[in-house]
Parts: sequence; C-alpha cells; structure tokens
Amino acid sequence: MTSTLSASLVLQARGLGKRFGDRQVLHDASLQVAEGETVVIIGPSGSGKTTLLRCLNWLETPDTGSVLLRGEAIGRHAAGHALPEAVLAAQRARFGFVFQRFNLFAHLSALDNVALGPQRVLGLRADAARERARAELARVHLAAHIDKRPSQLSGGQQQRVAIARALAMQPELILFDEPTSALDPELVTEVVDVMAELAGAGMTLVAVTHEMRFARSAADRVVFIDEGRVVEEGPPAQVFDAPQHERTRRFLAHLRH
Amino acid sequence: MTFDWDLVAKAVPLLGTGLLTTVKICSLAMLLGLALGGLLGLAALSRSRLLRWTVMAYVDFIRGTPLLIQIFLVYFALPVVGLNLPEFWAGVLALGLNAAGFIAEIVRSGVGAVEKGQAEAARSIGMRHHQILWFVLLPQSLRTVVPPATNELITLVKGSALLSVISVYELTRAGQAIIAVHFAPFEIFLLIALYYYLTISVLAWFSRWLERRLPVW
Repeated sequence: MTSTLSASLVLQARGLGKRFGDRQVLHDASLQVAEGETVVIIGPSGSGKTTLLRCLNWLETPDTGSVLLRGEAIGRHAAGHALPEAVLAAQRARFGFVFQRFNLFAHLSALDNVALGPQRVLGLRADAARERARAELARVHLAAHIDKRPSQLSGGQQQRVAIARALAMQPELILFDEPTSALDPELVTEVVDVMAELAGAGMTLVAVTHEMRFARSAADRVVFIDEGRVVEEGPPAQVFDAPQHERTRRFLAHLRH
Repeated sequence: MTFDWDLVAKAVPLLGTGLLTTVKICSLAMLLGLALGGLLGLAALSRSRLLRWTVMAYVDFIRGTPLLIQIFLVYFALPVVGLNLPEFWAGVLALGLNAAGFIAEIVRSGVGAVEKGQAEAARSIGMRHHQILWFVLLPQSLRTVVPPATNELITLVKGSALLSVISVYELTRAGQAIIAVHFAPFEIFLLIALYYYLTISVLAWFSRWLERRLPVW
C-alpha cells in the first residue's frame, strides 16, 4: 500500500465499526489525515467520536475496518488476525494520545512522566531521556514544574505534561480526546494555546474537541460525526458557517447556546 | 487456684528457645511466601491464559483446604514422592506455600485496582504489557498491598503454632512439653499467648512504619 496518495497521507482509517454490547457505536467510519494537517472532530455526546479516536491507535479494537499509518496496517494483518503484542506496542508508540482526564502516571514526577516512554520504549539512556523530557516540558512552558507530582499540578498544567509526554515520543501524529473538557474554564486557554502552537509548527493533529475557537483558527478540516457515522467534513468556515446537513446545523445551533 | 510464679520463671527461657525457632521458621516462610506470592501474583496478571489458570488453581487449592492439612501433606505426602524434609524445613515450606497463595491474590487484586487510565496511558506511549505492570501498576499498588499482606504475615505467625503437630519444637510445642511435665496449662498457655502477641505486635508496628514511609500521591 504505497500509492502516491497514501504516501502523502499519515493516517487512513476505512470502514471502522465498533459495537459495545447491543449498541453500535461506530458505523463504517472513515477518516484520512495528511501530513501536517490539523483535523478537528466534533459531534454530540455519544456520537462515537471518542471511540473513533481510540480505534485509530488501537486503544479500542474496532470490529471491522482498518487503520493504515503511512500505509502500514495497525493492530491486525490484512487477513484479519491480530498482530503480536510487541508489534502493536511499537505501532502505538508512533501515535501520541492525550486523554480527557490526563492520565499522568500518579507516582512519577512531571519529568519522569515524560522520560518514561523515551527510556523504556525508545531505549534512550536515562540521562538522554531526561534531557529530552526537560526540553519537551520547556516547550509546553512547564520548565519550572518538572519535579512536581501530578497531584501538585493544576489541571491545565497536568494536561500540558501529558502533551509533553506524547511529544517526547516524537510521534507521527497526536490524537487529542477532549483535552480541555475536564478543565476549569480559566485553564482551557493554556492548553488550547499549546495545541495551536503545535498545529502552527506543522505537527499532525487529530482532536476531538468542542473548542470552537481552536477549531476555527487552527483546524484545516472539521469532521462532524453523529450516531457513529461521518456526516460531513470540510474546512472550518464551510462546516461552521454553511453546513450541508440538517443534523450538523442542529448540533451547531445547540453548541452556540 | 494459685498461679505458679516459680514455674513461670522457669518457663520463660524455655519458651524463649521455642520462640526463637518460631521466629526462624516464620521469617524464612515469609521470605518464601512474599517471593513466590509476588511471582504468582504477577503470573496471574500475565497475558498467558495457561499461567493465569495455573495460578488460579493454586490459589483455589490453598484457600480451599485447611492449613493443618497442607502441613500434613508437605510432611507426610512429600516423602512418598521421594522428598524427605526435616520437620523444620517442612514447616517453612508448608507455611510459605500457604502464604504465597494468599499474597498472590493480594498482589493480583491490588494491581487490578489501579485506575484503568494508568495502563491506558502507558499503552498509548507504546509500553509492553510487562513494562506496564512493572513500571506503572506495581509501584502504584504498593500502598494498597502492604496492609493486607501484613495481615497475611500475621496469619502465618499464628498458623506456625500448628507445626507443633509435626513435632517442630517451636513456641507452642515447647509450651506443651512444659505442660506435660508440670501440668500447669493455664500459666503456660497464657505465657505462650503473650509471646505470640508481642511477636505479632512487632510485625504490626513494622507494617505501620512501612505504610507511613510509602509515598502518597
């Protein structure tokens, strides 16, 4: 799978389906992300946007469909059987993932949270891993807080440590799962600003978020999902100001209230 | 009824010898129980179904049979398969194997109780299953594991009294020997109880100290 089209694409998800019990959360969802692109996924709660994101790096195993990272099938062979754990782990290391609730390692300092992956997964020496962690923490403006435990940091600071943890793995793209929705309103900006800086620096981002300011200013493309299907997608100006579908219009109307 | 203080004075050093054996056996059995229990606990969390089932069957057997019977099995049944252990080591083995079953379950449930997002975050940066266990889940479970593990070690010390039935000359057996000669069960059993109580108090004190030293987050 190295046609000219997929070569310029970082990520290509096709026909993803996922069922939890008797609820079909995703129906045949597809998504393509090009190098350096910032894609924002929006949709009502329960629409399947988080599940879609989690299927991309196989945190959730989709029942059907495939995900290609630069043409390489994630999680399972084309024939359908699962890849060995070591292979899947190495594939996951190529994605960054930022969680809604930060999920920082509670027993480690900010520095060790960020250094753990480079040391244990990428095989850097301890001092090199810490050096890299220090640099990434500085990049998210946390140089002064490297020795603090997660419980000693504000939500906004924790989320920025989580972003630094993802960056330290030098991922090919970063997935954000509602990164600001667990934050107090006054802490949202510091996280959104960091995301906008990354987008501006050419990082490939896929973000599930309701931050319309971020979506409008930083997104190259907005994808609207409802009931597990991609309803429409396009540049932010088009999706927000001239939505094609009735469901998109209804959702946006709710959002503006 | 009179309390025989002279006998008590004579019994104190005699019981001390027994206590020394109890302490030796229990310390060795604790080491075995913690090491093997820790390993089994990790095996219970491994990706291999065979390993998990083996540990489950072992824990089930240990929980489902009396310690006294396990002691008899080690002491009387192992010689049948050619393993002839002296009482002292049979005692260490029986108590250690028993504790290991319970410790395994304590480790398994302690690690399992760590918040799910921790393992997910570790997976998201590409860590392998065993790395997640070792670097993320195990350190975070220590604080929940220490109190029930101490309880288990206390149970082990009390269970060591049962070794008197395979004639290990430990604290209880030493007391029984004195009673057989002087027939003063009240004094001697009271004294034995005090010895156990003090031994276990030291253990409980150590556990609380350890718990305080473990980091909070």
